[in-house]
Amino acid sequence: MIEKTPILDIFTYVFLIIGILIVGFPIIYSLIAATLSLEEVSKVPMPLIPGDQFLVNMKEAWTRGNLGNQIFNSIVMATGITVGKIVISMIGAFSIVYFDYRLRVVAFASVFCTLMLPVEVRILPTYEMAANVLGPLQGVWDMLHMNGFVSWFAGHDIEVSLNWSLLDSYTGLTLPLIASATCTFLFRQFFLTVPEELCEAAKMDGASPMTFFRKILFPLSKTNIAALIVIEFVYGYNQYLWPLLITTDPDMTTAVIGLQNLIPQADDLPEWNVALGAAMMVMLPPVLIVLSMQRWFVKGLIEKEK
Amino acid sequence: MIKKSTFKSGYLPYLLILPQILITLTFFYWPAVQGLRQSFFLSDPFGQSSKFVWFYNYIELFTDPLYLKSIMITVTFSIAVATVSITLGLFIATMANRALRATALVRTLLIWPYAVAPAISGILWLFLLHPSYGIVALAIDKWLGVEWNPVLYGRDAMIMITMASSWKQISYNFVFFMAGLQAIPKSLIEAAAIDGASSFKRFWAITFPLLTPTFFFLSVMNIIYSFFETFGVIHTVTQGGPGGSTNILVYKVYQDGFVGLNLGSSAAQSVVLMSLIILITFLQFRYVEKKVQYTG
Repeated sequence: MIEKTPILDIFTYVFLIIGILIVGFPIIYSLIAATLSLEEVSKVPMPLIPGDQFLVNMKEAWTRGNLGNQIFNSIVMATGITVGKIVISMIGAFSIVYFDYRLRVVAFASVFCTLMLPVEVRILPTYEMAANVLGPLQGVWDMLHMNGFVSWFAGHDIEVSLNWSLLDSYTGLTLPLIASATCTFLFRQFFLTVPEELCEAAKMDGASPMTFFRKILFPLSKTNIAALIVIEFVYGYNQYLWPLLITTDPDMTTAVIGLQNLIPQADDLPEWNVALGAAMMVMLPPVLIVLSMQRWFVKGLIEKEK
Repeated sequence: MIKKSTFKSGYLPYLLILPQILITLTFFYWPAVQGLRQSFFLSDPFGQSSKFVWFYNYIELFTDPLYLKSIMITVTFSIAVATVSITLGLFIATMANRALRATALVRTLLIWPYAVAPAISGILWLFLLHPSYGIVALAIDKWLGVEWNPVLYGRDAMIMITMASSWKQISYNFVFFMAGLQAIPKSLIEAAAIDGASSFKRFWAITFPLLTPTFFFLSVMNIIYSFFETFGVIHTVTQGGPGGSTNILVYKVYQDGFVGLNLGSSAAQSVVLMSLIILITFLQFRYVEKKVQYTG
């Protein structure tokens, strides 16, 4: 600090504490609610001293919301998206930065433009695509009158219909979300800062491109990968619209969506203690990851948006 | 840009970029083109027949009072979310930057709401602002003397989703303002102090102008967030109600297309949103990117 400003310093800490309380209040309050019994939680205002019903509420939420299954689905989805995104953007960026080929710029531009097409602006057609990934191929097949050709070739009528649905599957939850302009961009920026000499030296030693990638680029990228793991896990775990569209089977829903069934409606018993207990459990995995990898998280967030 | 020393290989670079290209073609470009095509067709809800109608869907859309209302709601909502969360984020970051002790702890305590899903944030605020059980609702009733009921009144529902959406975004803004504040050279502040500028004067004359790039960037990001990522909040908390008063554009696309099966109109709405995000991205790269330089 530059000069002594005791009054301002006190204000700083007071405001900081107020700020932290504003940010923390919804969670603290909900945590307390999750420890109360139904009678206590429906008092207005509810008591601010934690009760002893925490485990009871958690157990109730766990079984009623089928949380075990849903949190598992969420974690599978988040992990799939994280790994998928990092792998395909890393090799994609490697291809764009370290090779000179004719369609390089086109490839980069086409990946980059996906930035402008979030799933929210193409809800229905993407859903139709996921319902039958081979749909466009079927169109081509029909256009070429291939059915007639195949029937003629085989000597009897054959109807070929191509169908591969991603609805209610882990592939469907992850695959459409793993293309990432921002990740590719991040790796590209990073690869551009890697000294030219490393590549020269590797070539001189007779290393193949993939050996160079594995032995040199990959170890150098570790901090970037760690940062992206945090960001993308949180992104994947908290997805809402896409899982809502493509899952109809309650066993395939993700936890964040499943929570809605636990919110007490106007005519239900006001079991907010159970609903909030469930919310606490569902938000735990990404919060733990952010807190335990805080340093990587801040780095990742800032680098990614640059 | 490309490295000066590159590898030579016929098929390998294509193979490496292939997964990315396949996924973008299948799940991004093809659906986008389909959406564009559908927006010029009028089809029955069962997808049995469709008729090419030129710009009929768009004309219908922009003469529909409900859609115009939805645009107004979205604009109000995103400005409210951006203002609330940026102001609070900046305020807390300035305080945290002044604090000398426990900075790591302060950061930890402020960062984690980022990891909370928008939908969960919605549930927490739904409870806090619940007309019969919520403590914040009670405080509003008692201290402000306003009758509070987000289930009945559109204005209250709007405030509720704004709170739920901004709360989560405070930590995001905090992280960026913190980084921006720490990138400001101490010597500038010290020079001003020697010239006799007070703390407040220094903030408005030096810190704030140097933060404008961060400010611009965060405004864009917060507006994108409130346009697109708050779907979860709306879907869990209000479902667009009461009476369509929180029916933001993205939720309307989902409602009309996926629930109401009005394919043409939904496609036209998607195209409108797509143009909007293309415009935002363009503006961001044209004007914001250049100025972000000195934040480091």
